[in-house]
Amino acid sequence: MHATSGIPIVTMSKYSIFSLVRNALGYHENWPLAWRSPEPKAEYDVVIVGGGGHGLATAYYLAKEHGIRNVAVLEKGWLGGGNTGRNTTIIRSNYLWDESAALYEHSLKLYEGLSQELNFNIMFSQRGVLNLAHNLHDMRELSRRVNANRLNGIDSEILTPEQIKAIVPILNTSPTARYPVLGASLQRRGGTARHDAVAWGFARGADAHGVDIIQNCEVTGIRRNGARVEGVETSRGYIAAKKVGVVVAGHCSVLAGMAGFRLPIESHPLQALVSEPVKPIHHSVVMSNAVHVYVSQSDKGELVIGAGIDAYNSYAQRGSFAVVEGQIGALVELFPIFSRLRMMRQWGGIVDVCPDASPIIGKTPVENLFFNCGWGTGGFKATPGSGWVFAHTIATGEPHPLNAPFTLERFTTGFLIDEHGAAAVAH
Amino acid sequence: MTSQPFRRLEGGLIDRDRPLTFRFDGSTFTGYAGDTLASALLANGVTLVGRSFKYHRRRGIVAAGVEEPNALATLREGNRQEPNLRATQVELFDGLTASSQNRWPSLDFDVGGINNILSRFLPAGFYYKTFMWPAGAWMFYERFIRAAAGLGKAPLLGDPDYYERRHAHCDVLVVGAGPAGLSAALAAGRSGARVILVDDNAALGGSLRGDTATINEVPALAWVDEVGGTLEALENVRILTRATAVGYYDQNLITVCERVADHLARPDPHQPRQRLWWVRAKRVVLATGAIERPLVFANNDLPGVMLASAVRTYQLQYAVKCGRRAVVFTNNDSAYSCVSALMGGGVPVSAVVDTRASGPGDAARKIVDSSGVECLFGHAVVGALGRQRVTSVEVMALADGGSRVTGRSRVIDCDLLCVSGGWNPTVHLFSQSQGKLRYDEGLTSFVPDASSQAESSAGAARGELGLDACLRGGIEAGAEAARLAGFTPTEDVEAARCDHVDEAPVEALWAVPLPARRHGKRFVDLQNDVTAEDVALADREGYQSVEHLKRYTTLGMGTDQGRTSNVNGLAILAGLRDSDIPSVGTTTFRPPFNPVTLGTITAREVGADLAPLRLSPMHDWHAGVGANFVTVGLWLRTQFYARPGEAMMEAINREVLAVRNAVGMVDVSTLGKIEIQGRDAAEFLERVYINRWTNLQVGRCRYGFMLREDGFILDDGTTTRVADNNFYMTTTTAQAGPVMAHLEYYAQTVWPELHVHLTSVTDQWAGMAIAGPRSREVLAAACEGGDVGDESLPFMGYLESRIAGVPVRLFRMTFSGEMAYEVHTPSDYGIRVWEALMAAGKDFAITPYGTEAMSVLRIEKGHVVGAELDGRTIPADFGFERMQKKDRDFIGKRSLERPALAYGPRKRFVGLISEDGRKIPRGAQLVWNPTAPKPVPMLGHVSSTCYSPNLGNYIALALLEDADGYQGKLLYASSPLTDSHVPVRVGHSVFIDPEGERARG
Repeated sequence: MHATSGIPIVTMSKYSIFSLVRNALGYHENWPLAWRSPEPKAEYDVVIVGGGGHGLATAYYLAKEHGIRNVAVLEKGWLGGGNTGRNTTIIRSNYLWDESAALYEHSLKLYEGLSQELNFNIMFSQRGVLNLAHNLHDMRELSRRVNANRLNGIDSEILTPEQIKAIVPILNTSPTARYPVLGASLQRRGGTARHDAVAWGFARGADAHGVDIIQNCEVTGIRRNGARVEGVETSRGYIAAKKVGVVVAGHCSVLAGMAGFRLPIESHPLQALVSEPVKPIHHSVVMSNAVHVYVSQSDKGELVIGAGIDAYNSYAQRGSFAVVEGQIGALVELFPIFSRLRMMRQWGGIVDVCPDASPIIGKTPVENLFFNCGWGTGGFKATPGSGWVFAHTIATGEPHPLNAPFTLERFTTGFLIDEHGAAAVAH
Repeated sequence: MTSQPFRRLEGGLIDRDRPLTFRFDGSTFTGYAGDTLASALLANGVTLVGRSFKYHRRRGIVAAGVEEPNALATLREGNRQEPNLRATQVELFDGLTASSQNRWPSLDFDVGGINNILSRFLPAGFYYKTFMWPAGAWMFYERFIRAAAGLGKAPLLGDPDYYERRHAHCDVLVVGAGPAGLSAALAAGRSGARVILVDDNAALGGSLRGDTATINEVPALAWVDEVGGTLEALENVRILTRATAVGYYDQNLITVCERVADHLARPDPHQPRQRLWWVRAKRVVLATGAIERPLVFANNDLPGVMLASAVRTYQLQYAVKCGRRAVVFTNNDSAYSCVSALMGGGVPVSAVVDTRASGPGDAARKIVDSSGVECLFGHAVVGALGRQRVTSVEVMALADGGSRVTGRSRVIDCDLLCVSGGWNPTVHLFSQSQGKLRYDEGLTSFVPDASSQAESSAGAARGELGLDACLRGGIEAGAEAARLAGFTPTEDVEAARCDHVDEAPVEALWAVPLPARRHGKRFVDLQNDVTAEDVALADREGYQSVEHLKRYTTLGMGTDQGRTSNVNGLAILAGLRDSDIPSVGTTTFRPPFNPVTLGTITAREVGADLAPLRLSPMHDWHAGVGANFVTVGLWLRTQFYARPGEAMMEAINREVLAVRNAVGMVDVSTLGKIEIQGRDAAEFLERVYINRWTNLQVGRCRYGFMLREDGFILDDGTTTRVADNNFYMTTTTAQAGPVMAHLEYYAQTVWPELHVHLTSVTDQWAGMAIAGPRSREVLAAACEGGDVGDESLPFMGYLESRIAGVPVRLFRMTFSGEMAYEVHTPSDYGIRVWEALMAAGKDFAITPYGTEAMSVLRIEKGHVVGAELDGRTIPADFGFERMQKKDRDFIGKRSLERPALAYGPRKRFVGLISEDGRKIPRGAQLVWNPTAPKPVPMLGHVSSTCYSPNLGNYIALALLEDADGYQGKLLYASSPLTDSHVPVRVGHSVFIDPEGERARG
């Protein structure tokens, strides 16, 4: 019934209002598969381990930008089932340091054209991201960051409480609040996107370029020949590969262990929750580092609420309810009218956190084995950019200038990119 | 006011002596105490209660409990408005106001209904395929999509009610007070175990509240009352009603949301609205019952199509007739009890349509035989007909094992269609507890398999649907739970007796096939408007994982979390893929089981109580003289003391000059203070600080840096050797907590062999610093006995003395660069000592100063604070590399060897002076040319900036690349934010008294 073998599909059925109408007349019975589910081949030029947004984007850009199409993406569960499908979908690029700003800004620019690029509406909505400041220290840090952003050519501004109130009228800007709002940075080009759609769009795009996307295929070992990688053992048998790229948020230390080296990474639960859907009430994204909460409203109407990581290490995709409690306290303080809304669903994911809160994208001690990991709580916003630079790194064997600073070696050389202040949550 | 045309004259558990008035969408109705909003609406013949999420189709009440997908209403008004409440769960109270949602302008005429007309163009996931042209227009389209989505409206006012949290521990927590739960609670309670029994409803009984069964030869409710009475009498049993167990977390933590006052117009005075219980239970018995599945056929969303069990509940518990003439459509025996309830209550049943060719079991057959209802076995309702609500149904024969319908269709008039597609055990909490589910072919549903935590399921929740099995299973589960919790169940607790009813097995029919060449909407998920065709589309396009199905179609993602739709949806998917249901799998059930009010989760920790406000022991003095305060972390500190008519800058400059020229006093009680005691205390400090400590003499202080493991500075501060094995450490205000945690971590886990004890004494000591050339004179005047001159209290010396008759600790150390002393005294004496020093300083014009002046003073001296110690700097950045021990290890030493830290071209600490007398902007970046094309190369950044009244110019501290190379050069402090680019001259970080002579006096 479905295509199951590696028939190269180089074009895909175009999505548009016209195709929608045409298919409606046929009762939608003629839509093609968004991607095939082929059996894995014995060997690929490149195997990407991890079918989340970053892995799929890597495969897409490998095929599209570098013409490497004999590529497989191996996913142990279902596409986008890890942090891609669990995050709070915030996109912004207002990072402090030049290295991060360049990388995240590249990603943001790719996001700006991604729906058209992929012919898949990823619903990138540039509704603006506000980072609140609650004391003079916050204000000074925001000023420093916004000035750096502006000099780096990244849109960023600081708003007064009155200006904030105009954008977020429901925010408690009372000076007597326990955490009064003294100001906020605003990146107007920041916003949210539909997280699943990013994964699906890249999957469909990669598939159209001939990439094999193989779900329910867990990598259980990394086979080496001396210092060089040869392939991967999987739950569906051995797959040989000239090059292997690993992009497995939440499990990168496990995969590194399979390859015989260690990463300077801690894995922590990160929780999120949504309220019941309500009519539009909150139009931007509000983040507060000091009280550890961030909130936006999805197109369905749910308030999407995130918090800081759980303090302990874990691979279980769930956290402690006490963290949720603290997060809701902060939320209700900032938005008193949310008190009577109700939590509909809560969940957790596992984030891999580097000591400097910046990712690792590049080569490893094993030849032809590349890792892209350590995105902490902020990986979603980097999805296209991460895939783009990782594809370059795998294709050419050397990092792109954008990801050159994000090496594994920086933890031994000390050339860190400390972005602790830039994350909305404490690492 | 209308009467209640659909209310039966007698029967039910409502109180006809207590009529209640309520409003729905502006019309006034009456109901009775004991009603839900749903039962009262049905009693009044209101069948249209909502519009669906996507297509805005007309929807009526489907269920009688927590599974209701359609009847969502906004309750109350103004600051007590609450959206999205299920009418089936809302207890009626007098004066209740409710309104329907997701419709404009009215429920009956809803403009959004256009979506239904266009629905053919809006299949699952249509938005992924369009709205992409022209590029960038998405946000234009999105505005309309957002407006159309959402359900009710959020309140626009703050919440006037308050909430509570309560922690409880028990041996056995029983969730659900139906037949199984009551039995379990009884068995566990009799054993002496501490039992908590929670139930969602206002009264005990669960499904028995709408049941005609007899238990122990008495009506079921009489048995419920008897067991309830027994449990009430047991001191070790706590019963919580209106309490829903919502979350099941690790270590057997169950959260229970108790609706204390939601059944009232407003909470009683001094009562919370809701209370969230955090229950830690040794064992948990889940007696959560089962939820009936609807059947999937064309137009199955028309108002008047209801779950058979719900119709029965309304009939028996609420004495409400859900229609005038009914058809029952089922694939199992349970719906036959609905037939008897309807007939007994005066609602004729036109036909029973049973998908099973062989029909039901004996007991069910007896019901239809005795009532003479026409039975159509091996048939199915292929469609509900009607515009506003069901007016008739179309029935056809099933063929080929239910895969198609055949023969002539027959239309049967009715305004009520009772459907039953089998039962799903309510496994949500079990699943949340990480328990594994198993698909039971006989029941055609998922049942609990292996437990992951200390729990067991009982009764219908584990797939034992018969009443006798529930009663027996409950006793067994309760006794077992008590035994596993360490109690001995008593022998005399036996399962209550009731008749066993033999049922013929359920026969799955996941979706009634459409007749040939016919199209129609067969809804799987009513709330989110997901049809069987949407499921097929998702499968066709490759969204074949159940999680993809859920996310692509939004199946099961509504506020009901797919209680009536999940299993049907994945069974349809399994059918499409020629796969079996277990291999398709289920999605994860996530907490909470029922939506939980956010205010309930945070409870009392709102507003001012969100976090403690920390005040200095001398706070009242500051407030008394009209100080201006500023928040620093949790603290409120004095920012400056403005005199009448004095502007902020004037006050700060005056305070700064007073310190430099005479004497000032500042409250430093917020500094972190840690007592470090034990015979290895000095060794401990040796390891955590970069500098030497073992050679510190008693009675001396020393300044030091403490690093993190990665080599970066954690904090700086001064530590004093008070006695041989007793050190008194001060930390910065901001880092007091992190430093304490850091030290405890090393003391407890890394070096447990060291004899060292750490005690945070921040709150025990008040601290004040007197600074300025005349500070010694003030101190001498205040101190009672003992000399405070250089001999007895040299620079970095420590002395114990008395001021105002109370003991004080004197430290000669400086932050301002002037001759200065810190005076610490037990907190209760803080104001006394402060006032004594103020009095002693009167003759020297002592000036109290705040954090702003303190900041100016330290910037002038190039002293660092958190702005410089931002977790990215090392001692060498500030010229302190020589402080580092070479011969001993300390935390972070190895990391300092890394090339970037030891040899790299690091940014180093410099001072900046405004070249043109303009203010150096806060948070500015240092650039060579601010108008260079972007990205503009940044050489460093301004960490602290101020106006120096001593220099008469704006100065700043900064971290700068190639600091030596830029000495004496001009750079720009660039702040695009304020559009100011101020030329600054790079110099040394110490602006005043670089030799440090003033401090030594």
